[in-house]
Amino acid sequence: MTTMTNPGTQSKTPSPSRPKKVRERGERGPLASVALHVGLLIASATAILPPLWLLITSFKPTSEAFSTDLVKDFTFRNYDHVVNDTEFLSWLGNSLLVVGLTTVIGVFISATTGYAVSRFKFPGMRPLMWLLLITQMFPVAVLIVPLYNLLATLGLLNQPIGLVVTYLTIAVPFCAWMMKGYFDTIPVEIDEAGRVDGLNPFGTFWRLIVPLAKPGLAVTGFYSFITGWAEVAYASAFMTGEENLTLAGGLQTFVNQYTSDWGSLTASAVIVAVPAAVIFGFVQRHLVSGLTAGATKS
Amino acid sequence: MAVDSSRSLAKAADAQGARGRGRRTGDTGKTPGRLRRSLSTHWYAWAMVAPVVAVIGVIIGYPLVRGLYLSTTDANEANVERTIGMNHIPATYQSVGLDNYTAVLQDGVFWDRLTWTIIWTVSCVAISFALGLVLANMLNRKLAGRSLYRMALILPWAVPAFVSVFTWRLLFNEKNGILNKILAGGGIDAIPWLNDPTWAKLSVITVNVWLGVPFMLVAMLGGLQSIPGELYEAAEMDGANAWQRFRHITLPGLRTVSSTVILISGIWTFNMFPVIFLLTRGGPGDATEILVTYAYRLSFVVSPRDFAGSAAWGVIILLLLSLFAVVYRRALRKQGEVW
Repeated sequence: MTTMTNPGTQSKTPSPSRPKKVRERGERGPLASVALHVGLLIASATAILPPLWLLITSFKPTSEAFSTDLVKDFTFRNYDHVVNDTEFLSWLGNSLLVVGLTTVIGVFISATTGYAVSRFKFPGMRPLMWLLLITQMFPVAVLIVPLYNLLATLGLLNQPIGLVVTYLTIAVPFCAWMMKGYFDTIPVEIDEAGRVDGLNPFGTFWRLIVPLAKPGLAVTGFYSFITGWAEVAYASAFMTGEENLTLAGGLQTFVNQYTSDWGSLTASAVIVAVPAAVIFGFVQRHLVSGLTAGATKS
Repeated sequence: MAVDSSRSLAKAADAQGARGRGRRTGDTGKTPGRLRRSLSTHWYAWAMVAPVVAVIGVIIGYPLVRGLYLSTTDANEANVERTIGMNHIPATYQSVGLDNYTAVLQDGVFWDRLTWTIIWTVSCVAISFALGLVLANMLNRKLAGRSLYRMALILPWAVPAFVSVFTWRLLFNEKNGILNKILAGGGIDAIPWLNDPTWAKLSVITVNVWLGVPFMLVAMLGGLQSIPGELYEAAEMDGANAWQRFRHITLPGLRTVSSTVILISGIWTFNMFPVIFLLTRGGPGDATEILVTYAYRLSFVVSPRDFAGSAAWGVIILLLLSLFAVVYRRALRKQGEVW
């Protein structure tokens, strides 16, 4: 792969014998351009093909799920079946409820925490930062059994709220770090101006800083959303009974050691992937700035 | 961006800001008593972090302590507290000291799983980091269709991981999957992607790299854009060739981003549950079982569920990760890294 980038940049050095053909900075020869595009095309194709194949398969009848034909017996029957004859809609509802709550609460509390850590020096700040860092690497395995028992004691098994609280612990530490990094890039003078104009710290945070931090909040929200939307381990362990499952658990029931209903699986997978991809499209502009602010400043 | 537009406002407020600071310190000086003073100064900061501390304390602190305790007992499905119908059966498990740990460490299974987990983590992180770096460098220039390429390359991140994993299972299907059909078209025998230990290992790594590259790419692109272009101009003036510019400007410029990204994604990969659980369920046999999925299997799949053993595995995993983080940070500090 590195060889592909080399010709492009090597040819930049102008040859002194032919001054007319001097290339400007950042220009490349035609060969290098072709190599660059071929490399990127291969990479893009690798990235796109699996989701695309999923989409194509979802429009085939179940019996034809593995045929290599692109379009053969185009049908919406899989979607019809999934929506009307399975518990898919209740899984979707469960997931939306859990993920929505996780995102809203997660963004809010990680933003306040990130702000406090970024702006104030208070006793307990360093331990808190360490706590946030260390929680990020907690393996599911060490927590899952005690957490299962805890939720059972509290009667929260099979309850969306139990999953919400659990997901918060996964999403919040990383989000708080990212928000801290983002708040660090907002000048402190703005806070001070707000303070002078008579706002208390909460007012400063809510009315001045939050509106400025929208890109960061978008990234944080996206991260919480994806965390909840795609989580498998806790959802598989804590939710039982077909109508209580979230999407990640529910989809597993289509293809397991007993059945393999690829038609339903692909159709529901497409329905699941679309909202995630759309939201991703909205925030991806901010993703680079938000992520690197978090990454470089931590 | 929002930050830029606020610069002028911030400058205008600069003079006033200084006065504001002065008044606040005056206030706190009057309050007597250290605790009361720090409470009145810091109460809003504490109020802001309180929800997070509460959530972490209840949902991670308590289970962690409880997990540590369970790992020193012989708790399993048959002897924990439970309710069957109307009957409440009290817990009957006992403390066994550190027996679980010695059992785990003397067991060949643990070392096998550990070796595979390390191979898995290192190869996934290394390959996706290298690919991300190369692709970011290819994208970080004037290029027709740049944003299209970017969208395409980020797509694996936009699709929820478990959906992608199911998709890959569809592609990997041994009898009918598209990959084997393509191979058959070229006259090559079907490959048992998920049913042969070695191929299954390669397959899970492939899928995880496919999932991980976009994160690396986005982070590296951000890092590349933060390197000032003047450095490259100066280097070109001094006659540095492309490789030298990459080696002496790009790589050092990406140090901070890459060290963070490698640490984070190393930990994520080490704990990567969904890919392995959904793709192979740890199989064939336990060939692709990493530490995390094995601990999960102990407490939720095998019968009787071995809660104590699973907790012991969990504690060992946590210790390993902490060790990794500490060593990694030491290494960075030695190289003069700030954080």
